[in-house]
Amino acid sequence: MSSWLDYTINGLIVGNVYALVAVGLALIFGVSRLINFAQGSIYLVGAYVGWVAVVQLRTPLIITVVLVATVAALVGLIIERFGLRPLQNSVRIAPLLATIGISFVLDQIVMLIFSPNPRALPSQLPDVRFQVGTGTIGPLDLLIAGVGITSALLLFLFLRYTKLGWAVRATAQDRDAAMQMGVDVNRVNQAVFGIAAALGGISGMLVGMYYNQIDTAMSLQATLKGVVAEVVGGAGNVPGAVIGSMLLGLVESYGVAAFGTSYRNLFAFLLLILVLVLRPNGLFASARQAPPEPLTGTFIAPSRPVRIPRWALVTAVGAFALLPLLPVSTYVLQTLINAWLLGMLALSLTLVAGTLGQVSLGHAALLAIGAYTSALLSLGLSFPVGIAIICGGLMSAALGTLLISPSFRLRGHYVSIATLAIGEIVSLVILNWESVTNGPIGISGIPPLSLFGYDLYDAASVYWFSFAVMVLLALLQTRLLGSHLGRSFRAIRDDDVAARAYGLSLNRYKALAFIFGGFAAGVSGGIAAHLYSYINHETFNTQQSILALTVVILGGLGNVAGAILGSVALVGLPEAFRIAAEYRILIYGIVLLLLVRFRPQGLLGTI
Amino acid sequence: MMTRTTTLLSLRGLTRRFGGLTAVDGIDLDLGQGELVGIIGPNGAGKTTLFNLVTGQDQPDAGEVRFDGQDITAFSPEKLAGHGIARTFQLGRVFGNLSVMDNVLIGAHARLSAVRPAIPVMGPLLELGLALLRPSSVKAEEEQLREEVRVILKRFGERLLPRLDQPAYSLSYANRRRVEIARALALKPRLLLLDEPTAGMNPTETAEMQALISELKDEGLTILLIEHKLDMVMRLSDRVMVMDEGKMIAEGPGEEVRNDPKVIEAYLGHGLSQGAGKAPEQVA
Repeated sequence: MSSWLDYTINGLIVGNVYALVAVGLALIFGVSRLINFAQGSIYLVGAYVGWVAVVQLRTPLIITVVLVATVAALVGLIIERFGLRPLQNSVRIAPLLATIGISFVLDQIVMLIFSPNPRALPSQLPDVRFQVGTGTIGPLDLLIAGVGITSALLLFLFLRYTKLGWAVRATAQDRDAAMQMGVDVNRVNQAVFGIAAALGGISGMLVGMYYNQIDTAMSLQATLKGVVAEVVGGAGNVPGAVIGSMLLGLVESYGVAAFGTSYRNLFAFLLLILVLVLRPNGLFASARQAPPEPLTGTFIAPSRPVRIPRWALVTAVGAFALLPLLPVSTYVLQTLINAWLLGMLALSLTLVAGTLGQVSLGHAALLAIGAYTSALLSLGLSFPVGIAIICGGLMSAALGTLLISPSFRLRGHYVSIATLAIGEIVSLVILNWESVTNGPIGISGIPPLSLFGYDLYDAASVYWFSFAVMVLLALLQTRLLGSHLGRSFRAIRDDDVAARAYGLSLNRYKALAFIFGGFAAGVSGGIAAHLYSYINHETFNTQQSILALTVVILGGLGNVAGAILGSVALVGLPEAFRIAAEYRILIYGIVLLLLVRFRPQGLLGTI
Repeated sequence: MMTRTTTLLSLRGLTRRFGGLTAVDGIDLDLGQGELVGIIGPNGAGKTTLFNLVTGQDQPDAGEVRFDGQDITAFSPEKLAGHGIARTFQLGRVFGNLSVMDNVLIGAHARLSAVRPAIPVMGPLLELGLALLRPSSVKAEEEQLREEVRVILKRFGERLLPRLDQPAYSLSYANRRRVEIARALALKPRLLLLDEPTAGMNPTETAEMQALISELKDEGLTILLIEHKLDMVMRLSDRVMVMDEGKMIAEGPGEEVRNDPKVIEAYLGHGLSQGAGKAPEQVA
């Protein structure tokens, strides 16, 4: 029988594992004010290198650890050198997007090499348990604790007694001053990324051994947990990250003890949101401090949007509207229907991330809210489908805005973390709220799209319906951007301090943008639900959020025509070139990275 | 000194500490309607922090700010904008990707009728509806504001008017500062706080700015001015307040303050050891 002591030990062990990830994140944030979204991918690499070593090379434990640390550190160095160093002098959004892109590329590469199926990762340790009071402890627990404590000690000695360690601390305190004193900031970054990656890789391996299972979904979870621990402890605060990790481990462990395993992540993300709202500088920061990010500096790249003449837009809309009358295959129409649905999501995200500057990573949650609302209303209460979809949009607007509102007081990276966590919370609630959502079984038999009582069965009418809705939403958004609200959103994005000084309430305008954007996303989700006839908690996932973000960057932040062009390009081109599904996300990630590096303003320019 | 007019702004014991440092230390100040008070002092004396406390960007640890008789100490910046307090920023904070026109229009934001309904939930939704439907009253208001912006920009001669549609990031440094002041004027402020409006400007540009501020003063605007160019401060100010290490060390008419031994000591003591740029400059 498990006792509270068992749960405490489990919490501390898991906390140790989180600490290895979080310390790396804290070091990186310290020297470069960057939250490395790719940290979980390095953890994933570590787990799979560990698997190769243990299962295929049959190396002894100590060699396995060294091998994992070395390969992970190399990956970290490559990320720093080729992913981030070229972006040192670019706008603040660039490195944020780059680490997101890198994480997707790395995850996909691992998935392509090893397949997404879970694998067992044996620990090579004897399977015995020692009695400690009322609980038990195994050799693997001791190993994890040992690795955690040893790493902390080595890191402490490095930071305290080596020249490079001093340089790291100096850079973390004041980057400019350190540079003026002759500190080679590039070397500091290298050191920090190398150390962070080695620790992250070892952590991944240990977790794999602890649960005797590894799979490619570990990456995002690890990033989230590491970030939660780091933010709880105070971004950039290394000891804080360790304490935050232990706290997170314990909260999760006790939560699981009280409510069951499926609630584990819910507790982690609720802790994150709570800390972000109540103490955005972390638990250990003094109450009143300078904000965690610099106040000045442009968030997005300055650019002039490409002016598309009105006749060209009208012609393009006309051509796409007439397309089903031409002898085109159903396959082409279906591909474009997907593009229009993605287009609605991209319209929503380009308003929030581009026009308002709040880079949301949880946008798929808005799709899910719209989809479930519309599906449940049409099934349970027999709403006509058209009305149900509109209700889905309204519910997304209302509920989505309410859920995201804790992030309104945050800036930059923190918005992305919070929205990512809120997206996960929505998907976990859908999974666990079985009485309403059917839990993991999902909802099937959703009635097909219909308009004024006529079912839209054939591809052409679905095509016209979704295209018309998207064009309508695009026109509305263009109108919004031309009003005083468009101007206000962009002012808040460019400088929220100056915007407030001129009477713009951040809560009010962020809420309005999310209400408008939430509606478009909810409508897209609603249409998708009736189109697929079956949805579950995984239908709308983080990959869609990232795809939408890539679309938005490709088209140009805030650019309405760009969002639609980007959707057609990212949905259409892989189809046109018959690229297999498993390579697509890899390609999206690479496209995102190339854009950030070479054309940050996107195809049509930022508005 | 005699009280000629009603007091518009009054500070009592205003204090702000950062850790062990007291950046603003018990400042008392009364600013009469239509008065221009210049604030001088070495760098790090706490002048900008004082501005932040008055305009709500920062909250004081102690003390009180009253504006037109009302206690506004804990007010948010957006609320203060609604009360007619406008400021410019020391480092120049324009909205880089917005055109000159849009930048200045943001200054008039608090005056928009669509923004005013203070009903929770319904107020913002009404604003969204008005923005999308744009009835003729909204259009007319927008047109009138655009005309007002042109009138404000005329004050700067040909500096900004030809660049109306250019994004602010493409402007010269001096022009960005002008956009900031234009934005502040679009608020129709009752109190204007200018934080080093001529920093980085050459003598011609400085003279232009001085003429503009003098014009605003003549029109009856109440102004608090932080400025390093001593000559300009002396010419424009009704009174000068000198800050050093968070405290007010002298206050009074320009000539009196200039010869105050405490002021000379503060400037020489800090100024000389830190470099010539921080000493009071005489502008030809």
